[in-house]
Amino acid sequence: MVTKLKEVDAVVVGMGWTGAILSRELTKAGLNVVGLERGPMRTPRDDFAIPAIRDELKYTNRHELFQDTAMETVSLRHAMSETALPMRRHGSFLPGTGVGGAGSHWNGATWRNLEVDYVVRSHYTEKYGRNAIPADMTVQDFGVTYAELEPHFDKFEKLCGISGQAGNLRGKKIDGGNIFEGPRANDYPNKPLARNFASSTFDTAARSLGYHPFPQPSANASEAYTNPEGATMGQCVYCGFCERYGCESNAKASPNVSVLPVLLPDPKFELRTNSYVKKLNYDRAAKKVTSVTYVDTRTGEEYEQPAGLVILGAYVFNNTLLMLYSGIGTPYDPVTGRGSVGKNYCYQYTGAGVTVFFEDAETNPFMAAGAFGTIMDDFNGDNFDHSGLGFIGGGHISAGLSNGRPIETRAVPPGTPRWGKAWKEANAKWYRRWFNVAGTAVNYAYRDNYLDLDPTYKDALGRPLIRMTYNFKENDYKIGAFLSQKSAEIAKAMNPTIMTEPRFRRGDYDSRPYQSTHNTGGTIMGTDPSTSVVNRYLQSWDASNLFIMGASVFPQNQSYNPTGPLGALAYWSADAIVNKYMKAPGPLMQA
Amino acid sequence: MTEIKLPRRDFLKAAGAAGVAGAAATTGIAACSPETQTAANASAAAPDTYLVLTNEEVAFLSAAVDTIIPADALSPSGTDCGCVVFIDGQLGGAYGGGAKMYRAGPYMKGTPEQGYQLPLTPHQFFVAGIRAANAWSEKTYGKLYDRLTPAERAEALTAWEKGVAQFDGFESRLFFQRLLQITMEGFFADPIYGGNRNKASWRMLGYPGLPATYADKVEEYRDKPIVVTEPLSIADFS
Ligand SMILES: Cc1cc2nc3c(=O)[nH]c(=O)nc-3n(C[C@H](O)[C@H](O)[C@H](O)COP(=O)(O)OP(=O)(O)OC[C@H]3O[C@@H](n4cnc5c(N)ncnc54)[C@H](O)[C@@H]3O)c2cc1C
Ligand code: SF4
Repeated sequence: MVTKLKEVDAVVVGMGWTGAILSRELTKAGLNVVGLERGPMRTPRDDFAIPAIRDELKYTNRHELFQDTAMETVSLRHAMSETALPMRRHGSFLPGTGVGGAGSHWNGATWRNLEVDYVVRSHYTEKYGRNAIPADMTVQDFGVTYAELEPHFDKFEKLCGISGQAGNLRGKKIDGGNIFEGPRANDYPNKPLARNFASSTFDTAARSLGYHPFPQPSANASEAYTNPEGATMGQCVYCGFCERYGCESNAKASPNVSVLPVLLPDPKFELRTNSYVKKLNYDRAAKKVTSVTYVDTRTGEEYEQPAGLVILGAYVFNNTLLMLYSGIGTPYDPVTGRGSVGKNYCYQYTGAGVTVFFEDAETNPFMAAGAFGTIMDDFNGDNFDHSGLGFIGGGHISAGLSNGRPIETRAVPPGTPRWGKAWKEANAKWYRRWFNVAGTAVNYAYRDNYLDLDPTYKDALGRPLIRMTYNFKENDYKIGAFLSQKSAEIAKAMNPTIMTEPRFRRGDYDSRPYQSTHNTGGTIMGTDPSTSVVNRYLQSWDASNLFIMGASVFPQNQSYNPTGPLGALAYWSADAIVNKYMKAPGPLMQA
Repeated sequence: MTEIKLPRRDFLKAAGAAGVAGAAATTGIAACSPETQTAANASAAAPDTYLVLTNEEVAFLSAAVDTIIPADALSPSGTDCGCVVFIDGQLGGAYGGGAKMYRAGPYMKGTPEQGYQLPLTPHQFFVAGIRAANAWSEKTYGKLYDRLTPAERAEALTAWEKGVAQFDGFESRLFFQRLLQITMEGFFADPIYGGNRNKASWRMLGYPGLPATYADKVEEYRDKPIVVTEPLSIADFS
């Protein structure tokens, strides 16, 4: 039995960053909004308090805050000819659940994409010729430009109280900031975080080689801050328990700290937790979603919630799954290239670099913020000449450590055994005396990297799991080799006591070690309905009252962490909904 | 995780008594703290109690964790640090029972990069793995693993680590990896779980534990040691 509920103006699926932002913008515009979140309520006071939040085993190793794989997971195969198997425990990425989503336990590295990231296909083709992009690389332009998104980046940075140093203020380049960034109207709301040994050592070395290092823009507040919504943040205490943990000091921007304190008391908003959305009910003739069906995960009871407007903010996998389950749009077929739901799944290529050890410096790695360190973008995007390199795109190189948590974060010099007396001695000696210098690369889309429904494995509700067909490609390996070499050159200039050989990932994508929760694609945006799922305002081509938020709309992945870019897109879309769609409901772009 | 909460207090008591005896006797670091000195002098080792491990499993794991973490000037042995009690608590709790693990079939062998594909929960994995490792030890040395000399134990562990040991129906390398991982968790986790008694590993590293608030120290101590006289655990704040 499904209980049918009274219609509301808007229903928002998922209460992470995008769900919270859209709920806030729509209630401000006068709509009655219901938020449906599959996980439990999470408040900093009850869930992120000291001392319990400093429990490495519970939060890192036992996945306390992450989505429960017993309920739902992803299956993986590396090629279309193979059989996909379920990820029985999450490893390489860690989707969030509960109020705040992954935004409650992210690290807070907050970026604006480079201008070129929005026009990958047209830029590289124009500059390097038709053959610059391999035939099976299916990169696309976003359909929106950096300049159009600039005010929305600004808004997201202010919401989060980002700590950083501008490098391009209205076209004026500023030494010490990222001179490669697109022009920004305003500086960051907060000054950069403190510098530790890794940050300053890397900064000096990179400068000595003529590069342009800058402090990591961070959602860990360098000072107490009140955002434009009136929500307050404390100062970061450099606790070293950031990524995978909630912030005990309210210093890490999150939906829980930055939006919900003003959203939850609003009578126009109603949040229903433990509400797992199963399906969007689609009226194909009217090209509209009429309602969503959800399950109360405490009782198993089902509800149908009719709504005038439906927002999906359920992260990459559920955004794509809900489109596939609901029969909205055409599923992508990698053989013919037709259809677009599930197309252009991308990930992140990380860890191309070296580890350095310093005998004489005790760097106290446990004194650290989450998004902490020094970065350089000299080899990112098209900030350098690609002629003859054999790849397109690049990556940012960073130095630092975000923590010294003892189970997870210990490095010992190459050749050290993994156990026994010599292992103990090496840990005692080097635990406080190392850090990484490494590149994180773009990950571009390919014809045969995609998402669809698994033919065999089911989730706890009996629906097919999402199946990931995915592997790294030649473009990734080449960038990896290049960035690891560049990282090694800078590391050498720091004069470490010991330095590892430059390393980068070769071989198949590995689902086991954590790499990043930077999954993208599946419901990509664009200006052509035959090659995208949503238009440039994130409106579904197939249902004009459905808007899809999050990294699932990225046509390919840039080297940066996704939340800054997806936060800006959420504000861009909200602006279009409030100022265009609500005035004249219907398609905002003609197909 | 909730299952683990009940026995915590007992673990702590056991840790206070048994664990520290070894600690202060063998390390100069533990001896820095006057409290631990007193505890050490006062205690005769109280026996550890187990939730799920059998005698054979306790003997095996004690020998294994002592090979991985031998007693020396830096810390007591793995067993004296509570690693076996920790493993017992983990395997007897939600994690050991397969919480947060996708367990639906069919089960098929995949590539290593596709991740763990056995139908076994962590507890079942160690039950089966220890049996296989002991059977291999008997076949190879004529003795169970815990009866081997220290040199033989190390040699055997190396054979598993490299995956050259042929266990019956089990992958020795995977067994080694999981054994190493759970031992590391026991050695380095907060002592509330029964391992890392007397914060022995934190002393060894110079890791201060809680409360971890460093806004006023992060720049000052950017390249010089911050002296940790007594690392603090969650239990010290509870
Ligand atoms: C450990 C970690 C570290 C990270 N660090 C960074 C970083 O430093 N910088 C950065 O930019 N990004 C980082 N990220 C990524 C960042 O957290 C995400 O980009 C961001 O949270 C995405 O916001 P979202 O709203 O799209 O999705 P989420 O925050 O994932 O929220 C989606 C919500 O939808 C809910 N949901 C899903 N399906 C359903 C359904 N069917 N019904 C109801 N509810 C549903 C989920 O439970 C969840 O609460 C990190 C992520 C992790 C896990
Ligand atoms: S590092 Fe800073 S922002 Fe992150 S959890 Fe700790 S105090 Fe909060």
